[in-house]
Amino acid sequence: MRDSIGQSAPVIEAKGLGLTFQTGDGPVHALKDVDLTIGKGEFVSFIGPSGCGKTTFLRCIAALEHPTEGTLTVNGMAPDAARRARAYGYVFQAAGLYPWRTIAGNVKLPLEIMGYSRADQETRVRNVLSLVDLDGFGKKFPWQLSGGMQQRASIARALAFDADILLMDEPFGALDEIVRDRLNEELLKLWARTEKTIGFVTHSIPEAVYLSTKIVVMSPRPGRITDVIESTLPRERPLDIRDSKEFIEIAHRVREGLRAGHGDEA
Amino acid sequence: MRFVLPVFAVLLAIVVLWYGAAVKMNSVWTYDQAARAELEVSFAEVLADTMVQERPVLPAPHQVALGLWQGLFGQKVTSKRSLVYHGWVTLSATLVGFGIGTGLGILLAVGIVHNRAMDMSVMPWAIASQTIPILAIAPMVIVVLASVGITGLLPKAVISAYLSFFPVVVGMVKGLRSPDGMQLDLLRTYNAGRWATFWKLRLPASMPYLFASLKVSMAASLVGAIVGELPAGATAGLGARLLSGSYYGQTIQIWAALFTAAILAAGLVIVIGVIERAALKRMGMAR
Ligand SMILES: Nc1ncnc2c1ncn2[C@@H]1O[C@H](COP(=O)(O)OP(=O)(O)OP(=O)(O)O)[C@@H](O)[C@H]1O
Ligand SMILES: [Mg+2]
Repeated sequence: MRDSIGQSAPVIEAKGLGLTFQTGDGPVHALKDVDLTIGKGEFVSFIGPSGCGKTTFLRCIAALEHPTEGTLTVNGMAPDAARRARAYGYVFQAAGLYPWRTIAGNVKLPLEIMGYSRADQETRVRNVLSLVDLDGFGKKFPWQLSGGMQQRASIARALAFDADILLMDEPFGALDEIVRDRLNEELLKLWARTEKTIGFVTHSIPEAVYLSTKIVVMSPRPGRITDVIESTLPRERPLDIRDSKEFIEIAHRVREGLRAGHGDEA
Repeated sequence: MRFVLPVFAVLLAIVVLWYGAAVKMNSVWTYDQAARAELEVSFAEVLADTMVQERPVLPAPHQVALGLWQGLFGQKVTSKRSLVYHGWVTLSATLVGFGIGTGLGILLAVGIVHNRAMDMSVMPWAIASQTIPILAIAPMVIVVLASVGITGLLPKAVISAYLSFFPVVVGMVKGLRSPDGMQLDLLRTYNAGRWATFWKLRLPASMPYLFASLKVSMAASLVGAIVGELPAGATAGLGARLLSGSYYGQTIQIWAALFTAAILAAGLVIVIGVIERAALKRMGMAR
């Protein structure tokens, strides 16, 4: 209701979503009563304490996990159909590059599997590597790159094919603050250029506020959504926007949401 | 340079121990001979005799070295007394058996990883097959194959393959399963099929495991080929050489054949190591 973005056709729509893992020591309610609508072109961050179901929710969207209750649609389809239609790129917490492939080879992997033509593969790899600022590193092997560069390569890999959804699970979790700032900035530029819908899991409040048009605050046991915050920040965001009053207010509200989640539990 | 000294020291120790054992074991015969001839022998005479006996219980190192040298370089390679000739006969069976065994091992591993029924059923049989002593199986294989007219290299290669497929199955199953959940999930998000998952992920990931198994399997192949030469009354091959040596008490011949086999095994394993290094380097996986 805050801006025009939320009104376009929903890309991801969850209604009463629940997922219970049956484990050796009884059921684990990873998600319960999750209602969420994500519109086209939104940048949605998921934040919450460890074990609150952020990864599980992302994996449900990606059809890597199957909800036990409620409904979930991706691009108006069941998640499995969306997966088969190759609707999204997924960036895991670890870069997970194949050590036996060069950086270019790694980025090419989805293209080979999806049957893009040779010539198309080459141009896409070149474009997407320059998008993440890795021009000239195509011929290197993963171990020759720093962790941050590897993570960027894995983002390039998720961007190489035409999926309009990008799901990222703590992609910068293991990186230092400075590299993280840079990658955040690059990610925003990339988002503006590609107009993808992005789902982004993070543990960092500033990161969530800086990146998102919508922040989803979650709490654990059972994993559920406690607050959904529509960001009032402009789409154009220089790094120093983080010192603005608006930014601090939103960050405050996120922190309150997280604290409330903890309070419920006690 | 750093490892030369320890290696040399160990080698020296072995040679010294060997000479000691040779003297001790061979002197029995010397004393017996002397007793039969009712002669007194001095220790120096005994010592000298134990070094040059024609059929010593334990040939001295220099005797084995000489036997080895003459066997390898002392005659035409086509001669029946040439270790090069016998070595080649064994080597050819080893390589064919290794090829069959490796191919079979890889196929079984691929089946085990991709098919639940095979996963449940093949491994117990494979393990059971290795618990049966090869010496019990070898004659049966040779007799059965001979009865359908197959003789020569192939029966030996079959025995060789019987021993060598197992390490490959075990290593390849582990290798093909080595990709973790995240790597498999990644391919699922691309909607990759089994075929793509196999070629793009499982197979390359299994390469280090494959090479480790190949080294074991190569050594097992050689053992298989030699064992395959024992029961048939074969006339060629290192196994035949061992057998005829033991018939006629030619201990030097036995030891020379054993060392030839050891050299052969070491050479083959080194060759695999070189290929391994080159392959993994090309794949960017060299450590
Ligand atoms: N495959 C599984 N089997 C059983 N339980 C699981 C499984 N995956 C996740 N869980 C449980 O579900 C809950 C949510 O896990 P999830 O990984 O989604 O948390 P998260 O919010 O991503 O946490 P973190 O911030 O630590 O990554 C946890 O309690 C976890 O133990
Ligand atoms: Mg997680």
